[in-house]
Amino acid sequence: MLLINCPYCGERPEPEFVNGGQAHLVRPRRPADVSTQEWTDYLYRRDNTRGVQAERWRHARGCGRFFNALRDTTTDQFLATYKVGEPRPDAGAAPGEPRR
Amino acid sequence: MQPFSALSLLKRGLTGQHGWRAQWRSPEPKPSYDVVIVGGGGHGLGTAYYLAREHGIRHVAVLEKGWIGGGNTGRNTTVIRSNYLFPESAALYDHALRMWESLAQELNYNVMFSPRGVMMLAHTVHDEQVSRRHVHANRAAGVDNEWLTPAEAKAFCPPLNIGDIRYPVRGAALQRRGGTARHDAVAWGYARAADSLGVDIIENCEVTGIHRHDDGSVAGVETTRGTIRAPRVGVVAAGHSSVVMKMAGVELPLESYPLQAFVSEPVKPVFPCVVMSNTVHAYISQSDKGELVIGAGTDAYTSYTQRGGLHITAHALEAICELFPMFRRLRMLRSWGGIVDVTPDRSPIIARTPVPGLYVNCGWGTGGFKATPGSAHVFAWTIAHDGPHPINAPFTLERFRDGNLIDEAAAAAVAH
Repeated sequence: MLLINCPYCGERPEPEFVNGGQAHLVRPRRPADVSTQEWTDYLYRRDNTRGVQAERWRHARGCGRFFNALRDTTTDQFLATYKVGEPRPDAGAAPGEPRR
Repeated sequence: MQPFSALSLLKRGLTGQHGWRAQWRSPEPKPSYDVVIVGGGGHGLGTAYYLAREHGIRHVAVLEKGWIGGGNTGRNTTVIRSNYLFPESAALYDHALRMWESLAQELNYNVMFSPRGVMMLAHTVHDEQVSRRHVHANRAAGVDNEWLTPAEAKAFCPPLNIGDIRYPVRGAALQRRGGTARHDAVAWGYARAADSLGVDIIENCEVTGIHRHDDGSVAGVETTRGTIRAPRVGVVAAGHSSVVMKMAGVELPLESYPLQAFVSEPVKPVFPCVVMSNTVHAYISQSDKGELVIGAGTDAYTSYTQRGGLHITAHALEAICELFPMFRRLRMLRSWGGIVDVTPDRSPIIARTPVPGLYVNCGWGTGGFKATPGSAHVFAWTIAHDGPHPINAPFTLERFRDGNLIDEAAAAAVAH
């Protein structure tokens, strides 16, 4: 079980949270204007990173708010959590080669 | 290959078990092959076997970064069934199920296929409606599935508690041809049979890059044991499919999640079938060793760690203890996790890719073991013919773009 640091409430156990998948995905403002491939990528393509990834969480059984986190998917260690609207922190800005 | 028979077992048994040879060679990788398969699980080994056996392509290497069958092939709960909702899925999984029935004879290796029946419980009105729809759809597609009343379910599986629980059993869908098989034996049997046809099985050989010609087509792979040239490369890398395919610039609609399973201490035969419950989320069978084999759900987040949260396994055990009160005092012996690659519609991708000569078989999610022979068979066809077998023709990468989903996710609404 993960211990997750909600930027609003502090550290809480994982069952209080819901994972929201890859962070920083931007929905095309006018879906009718983008190509089929762009729309497909938005809907379905995911980085599925092996290494440090930015992902969304929601403190569903706490404050109810969304936030983002940097987590290393090879260790499940959190490097940072940050509020929606804030840029991705430097800690994982250049993850480089995934660890082996 | 040393063929196995009752006579050979008896002879070796009476003469001190001398003279057994290794089941497959451990060759050094050659500089080039006709086909390279990336991933030495059941699906990859089976693909190499069918390439050699059915298509005469014997200059094949299977590259495995760890050891044969050490990934999801050795980590699943060995459940085999084909009662999927949509005709495309039912055709694919039933193709596999029919192959399971004669696989031990074909490979001369006892894969211990045991069609003991797979019973899927319904606990709510919605469950009952969905299950009955599955039964009707399956029967229309020529796949056996039948509806049982709670009393009939109890008669088929006496340890089942159908009444005094939070979600009483309202009925069950039973596929009698479903069951279990010995997962390790599937990997070993395919490895041995493929090796005897000339396939090189190369363990401890991790692919670190995919080489391409100037025209974009595949030229070979870079590995921890050197460069290997091949005009055709088939990637069957399960949870690491995204990682391997990115080496060729192919992005996939996959997410990799931990999926956990565990076994109890061994006990005498007490459990006659496989029971699954999607609503309370647990599935259970008893191995021939006597261990109860229990599967949990996936964790909530993507990960490559091959381990998951304890609360996930605890949740599955709570469901098992409520459905089968007689198991409440059993101790659990081992637990482990595997990394499963999940597609948005929970159906696999078995197809060509935008890169000529590069093929992918992935997205089996939480339920790939049951499909092993069928998956391997149609993937070998796809590589040999540079195009899909009719059975896997719908399972393309482009179906997400074109809207032709095979939406078993919506059909089941849970891991399966």
